[in-house]
Amino acid sequence: MSDLRDLYEEVILDHNRNPRNFLNKPDGTNRKAHGFNPLCGDEFALHLVVEDGIIKDVGFEGTGCAISTASASLMTEAIKGKTEEEAYALFDKIHKLLLQEDRSADVGKLAVLAGVHAYPTRVKCATLAWHTLHAALESENKTVTTE
Amino acid sequence: MSTVKQRITTTSGFDVEKARQDFPALHQQVRGKPLVYLDNGASAQKPKIVIDTISQLYAHDYSNVHRGVHALAERSTKAFEGAREKVRQFINAASTREIIFVRGTTEAINLVAQSYARNNVQKHDEIIITHMEHHSNIVPWQLVCEQTGALLRVVPINDSGELILEEFEKLLGPRTKLVALVHVSNALGTINPVRQIIKLAHAQNVPVLLDSAQTAPHLKVDVQQLDCDFCAFSGHKMYGPSGIGVLYGKEALLDAMPPYHGGGEMIKYVTFEKTEYNELPHKFEAGTPNIAGTIGLGAAIDYLTGLDLDAIAAYEHDLLGYAAKAASEVPGLRIIGTAREKASILSFLLEGVHAHDIGTILDHEGIAVRAGHHCTMPLMRRFGVAATARASFGLYNTREEVDALIAGLHKVKEVIC
Repeated sequence: MSDLRDLYEEVILDHNRNPRNFLNKPDGTNRKAHGFNPLCGDEFALHLVVEDGIIKDVGFEGTGCAISTASASLMTEAIKGKTEEEAYALFDKIHKLLLQEDRSADVGKLAVLAGVHAYPTRVKCATLAWHTLHAALESENKTVTTE
Repeated sequence: MSTVKQRITTTSGFDVEKARQDFPALHQQVRGKPLVYLDNGASAQKPKIVIDTISQLYAHDYSNVHRGVHALAERSTKAFEGAREKVRQFINAASTREIIFVRGTTEAINLVAQSYARNNVQKHDEIIITHMEHHSNIVPWQLVCEQTGALLRVVPINDSGELILEEFEKLLGPRTKLVALVHVSNALGTINPVRQIIKLAHAQNVPVLLDSAQTAPHLKVDVQQLDCDFCAFSGHKMYGPSGIGVLYGKEALLDAMPPYHGGGEMIKYVTFEKTEYNELPHKFEAGTPNIAGTIGLGAAIDYLTGLDLDAIAAYEHDLLGYAAKAASEVPGLRIIGTAREKASILSFLLEGVHAHDIGTILDHEGIAVRAGHHCTMPLMRRFGVAATARASFGLYNTREEVDALIAGLHKVKEVIC
């Protein structure tokens, strides 16, 4: 049971039950992207308000499993107020964390996502929101998938 | 518990504990718990006789089939064609010329789509399927429609997951050139009234293809009694090897169809100017076939026949009823697919929990289920869901395993909710 808690960490469960910045489509949204994993059925839309290179506001909507929902929720909390460069840097750190290329990176609260690595079939759930963020920052108007 | 088992054995005449001994893979621990394998709808485990038959073939008797003059070629060919006769008997086909070996149900349907439908439908003609089809019984027809300009028509279903027959009758008309439908739904478990559907279609001279992938391991399929024109199923769901399946077709239809693939084995005589095709069933079996898979399928059929399919069906029916009742008592659980006639499949949602989280947490309890859209995305949309969790039962599953599933579902709620 203990290792199951590494995946379903309390912070993850909390963000799944009460996702932050959820159903929020901020006024002035000027970057958005759509993430969809058709095999899972996980699907999110991400909305960003980027002004002067800073992510002023963020919101997401959609449905997904506990891991993808919590990852998206945690991400929105983490990037609000960050510069685009900082958000790209965080994307890289999370990517390395989930693929276990670098566990030492300081990602604060997002470290709870590290437990997903032990579940290879679920890594794509955790990365969906982040790749959607990447597409939104790049202003790529396409559907992103991590399957 | 022993009294319960005793009763089941007596009522259905099927001894599940004895059968379980035949499946080596069942006797293992997964994540420290005894394996509870409830993903039979995706693929079933193999009895020792299938494993041993394949092993024996490769260790002693293996060669290419049909074309050698030596002893091993003779042994392999005899076993290979012997398997064809076993399949013929299993589905009660009139002749082994009607038994085509293919890779699986998907290839069987594609064969009919390209060799039969593409040559027999024209622009504005219609092909009827149903709302509960697997993608493998949707996409091949969409391809034919693109190639010919024909239209795909879909029979709707009700909220229980049953076909609305009146709507089928309305769709069936002078433009209908083929009906293709699933016999037992892989996502809902619904057993469709295929005899009635075939009669209605035949009254309009429309041939019918049955996707019997989920039927073959659970219910007796008698192609002559059903009077279906084509019937497709896979070895791996009926306790046989993967990569081998069967297309049954009525001889007159198969005879009139052009080959699906060209190559060795399917020819009688080749010159650069003209090629004369081989007779049925070889006309549709180009290239070296899946020899071990075919012979392994023959062993799986012997195994099922030895256990008696009617006894298995009765046992599984009882088990599914037990599982559905127990599941419906779990708070927040909703069963998707509540048709009056069902086999082997329990698809469900758990309020507030995504199917993949159910799958991962059950896996921690040693319980294997499927989570996802089950290759039936239009059907999922019909029920307004992206995915369900699915427990699918086989002949070796027990009431104790159902109890483990239910306990596992309580654990899921405890973790997530």
